[in-house]
Amino acid sequence: MLRGIRICVGSLCLALPVLLGADLKEPLSAIRQIETAGKGHPAAIAAAKQLGATGQLEQLPEILAAFDDANPLVVNWLRSAVETIVDRELQAGKALPQAELEAFILATDHHPRARRLAYEVVLNVDPTIEQRLIPGMLNDPSTEFRRDAVARLLTAATTQLEAGEEAAAKPMLLEALQGARDTDQVEAIVKPLEKLGEKVDLPRHFGFVMDWRMIGPFDNKDKKGFDIAYPPETEIDLAGKYAGQQGEVTWGTYETTDKYGALDLAKMLAPHKGAAVYAYSEFEAESARDIEVRLGSPNAWKLWVNGKFLFGRDEYHRGKAIDQYRVPAKLQAGKNTILLKICQNEQTEDWAQDWQFQLRVCDATGTAVLSQTRPPTKEPIVEKPAEAKEQDGAK
Amino acid sequence: MSGHLLHRLGLSALCGLLVTAGVSAAEWRQFRGTDTSGVTEGIAPPTSLGEETVAWKVPLPGRGLSGPIVVSNRVYLTASSGAQQDRLHVLCFAQDTGKKLWQRQFWATGRTMCHDKMAVATPQPCSDGQRIFAFYSSNDVACFDLDGNLQWFRGLTLDYPNASNSLGMSSSPVVAGDTLVVQVENDSESFAAGLDVATGVQRWKLDRPKMSNWTSPSVVQVGGKELVLLQSGAGLSAVEPQTGNRVWTYDQGCSTIPSTGVAGNILLVPSFGLTALKFDGTSQTPEKLWNESKLSPGTSSPLAFDNDVYTINRAGVITSAAIETGKTQWQLRLKGQYSATPITAGGLIYTINEEGYFAVVKPGETKGEIVGEGQFGETILCTPAIADGALYVRSDGHLWKVAAK
Repeated sequence: MLRGIRICVGSLCLALPVLLGADLKEPLSAIRQIETAGKGHPAAIAAAKQLGATGQLEQLPEILAAFDDANPLVVNWLRSAVETIVDRELQAGKALPQAELEAFILATDHHPRARRLAYEVVLNVDPTIEQRLIPGMLNDPSTEFRRDAVARLLTAATTQLEAGEEAAAKPMLLEALQGARDTDQVEAIVKPLEKLGEKVDLPRHFGFVMDWRMIGPFDNKDKKGFDIAYPPETEIDLAGKYAGQQGEVTWGTYETTDKYGALDLAKMLAPHKGAAVYAYSEFEAESARDIEVRLGSPNAWKLWVNGKFLFGRDEYHRGKAIDQYRVPAKLQAGKNTILLKICQNEQTEDWAQDWQFQLRVCDATGTAVLSQTRPPTKEPIVEKPAEAKEQDGAK
Repeated sequence: MSGHLLHRLGLSALCGLLVTAGVSAAEWRQFRGTDTSGVTEGIAPPTSLGEETVAWKVPLPGRGLSGPIVVSNRVYLTASSGAQQDRLHVLCFAQDTGKKLWQRQFWATGRTMCHDKMAVATPQPCSDGQRIFAFYSSNDVACFDLDGNLQWFRGLTLDYPNASNSLGMSSSPVVAGDTLVVQVENDSESFAAGLDVATGVQRWKLDRPKMSNWTSPSVVQVGGKELVLLQSGAGLSAVEPQTGNRVWTYDQGCSTIPSTGVAGNILLVPSFGLTALKFDGTSQTPEKLWNESKLSPGTSSPLAFDNDVYTINRAGVITSAAIETGKTQWQLRLKGQYSATPITAGGLIYTINEEGYFAVVKPGETKGEIVGEGQFGETILCTPAIADGALYVRSDGHLWKVAAK
């Protein structure tokens, strides 16, 4: 009797996925409707349970395709369903639909994270996939694939360098640089390249904006200036004169030659405290497109692109890093404007004196998007003498 | 249906009840244990490290400073990996063998920037006995059943985009009743929230002081009901977990790193050194018993049991004081600096410093004595777990079980 029940249950378990396999659309649709604030959770919870319990390996491409155009929450819910299915099915001795998954991985129009997940699923059972696929992914839309491809080239180049084969290493390093977007990898490539006499334009590689107009200081005592809309927030008049924290202020011209585009306001202007400065730059775009404005700063800031406020953050002296903040934005064809407000507070500790920023324009993979009118990158850091700063109006 | 099958089904159901009912010395469900006191009943783990006492040691992926939890004969913890530390991991190991039973990953939806000493996986996961809740500095919250089936996932930064700290956040969530309470406090968009454990849907949200805060909530029992204590630089608030309603507030200011210790109806609050508060079942602000600057804890939170309180200061000195008076009874210099909170079982205090030095202290009336020590040999910044006479310790790279063989 018991044996009979087990057989029946077993048969049901075998039949259920096939039955439900034809109906993936419903649970996938429920999960894809998840939004912020927990919206869609009740239906999605049931759908995820169904997917995890009954999904089959041969259905993975369909589930992975549901990542396309999905929000980050949906992507994570679907990822977990895939992992659950893979664990269960592989433990039951089922085989991956490897050819289909590899085709999915190579289809760059699918969501980068779905492709990466498919790759890791295959990699777990067939490590040779790395050798087969990664070398061709140097310019992949997936930053994770791209990073792996760069790492392979970097390792190969390092081996050549250690063998004294500099002529063989150099083209590998140059090729790796073409794909590299992460700072650590770029630095690891540039260091040996420079030893080989190759000059790398890092600001251009990353898309740092080097030339700015700045005006200030405006008052930010008690951090109140962060929320005060000083004139540059309502009009950009580069000939305008305004009442600043210490008198009249006008726009000045500033540029940096820092390899990572950093502008040290405490040095370029003065170590003002309780102060706010606006930085403005124009960007000529060939066509309308989506971009990311990536910012690093230990200070509070607000960002506008084409006069539209995008994001602001009132945190002071909690660290700084390249790409510390990533703000999605849209460029229009032709002239675009970038306005940044950088606020300094009044802390007196040594570690709270930094007043700086670095800003770059790139796509979602970190690939530089350059202004059509971007001037050539300059070599030395040019610091204006105090008199020139005063003439420029920034006091 | 055969009697044998019925018996099996009945036994299974009973096992389910046993697993989910009440506090057990076999489990350690959140930061500082199931009741957040750091105290567990039962036998003490070994006091030495070696082949005879290290039951197993397993490698961990990526980075992580979150302590392990032990639920239903399994050990759970979190980690993060990747160039941007944006791969979030939840791992499950068999308690007896250390075998990895399952692992799940997510992509962080919030910011992952941290100070070098911090990690995205710093908050300790927690459990209600049926579910595992993983929380990260990126404000991502994932809920699984014990077998790794996703129950729900939230990305709180998508809801509150300025809720982050560029140094990283470390507050460990707690479960009280059927609510998961998270503290997301920073210089910009500070809040605490209560999420329905079953759905992840927000029950309440409290605006919190705009200041960085790395403390974790504590849970206290009042008249059969649980209250959650939210600490910040501004003070300590007791809230109802179901509603977020404030029951009382201590507004004298608190530390933003060590968290409030709990010993029955006495709270050991890192405030002006250490302040003891006695509370009852009313909505009245607790009575202040004493305040003692000599008991100021460093990074570790205070521990209290058997009428005594213990703190470890920034110099690595453990101090014992009477819980009723705050009067110092003895001090003992340990070694180095401590981030892990001391915990206790069998009357012994288990400590691990940041360099992995392990020391077990036996407290006496007039002095404390190191009765065992050892070296894990790796950086350890999180609080271990004790369950069933075993100690579970995690470094950035490994998870250990220390138990008598």
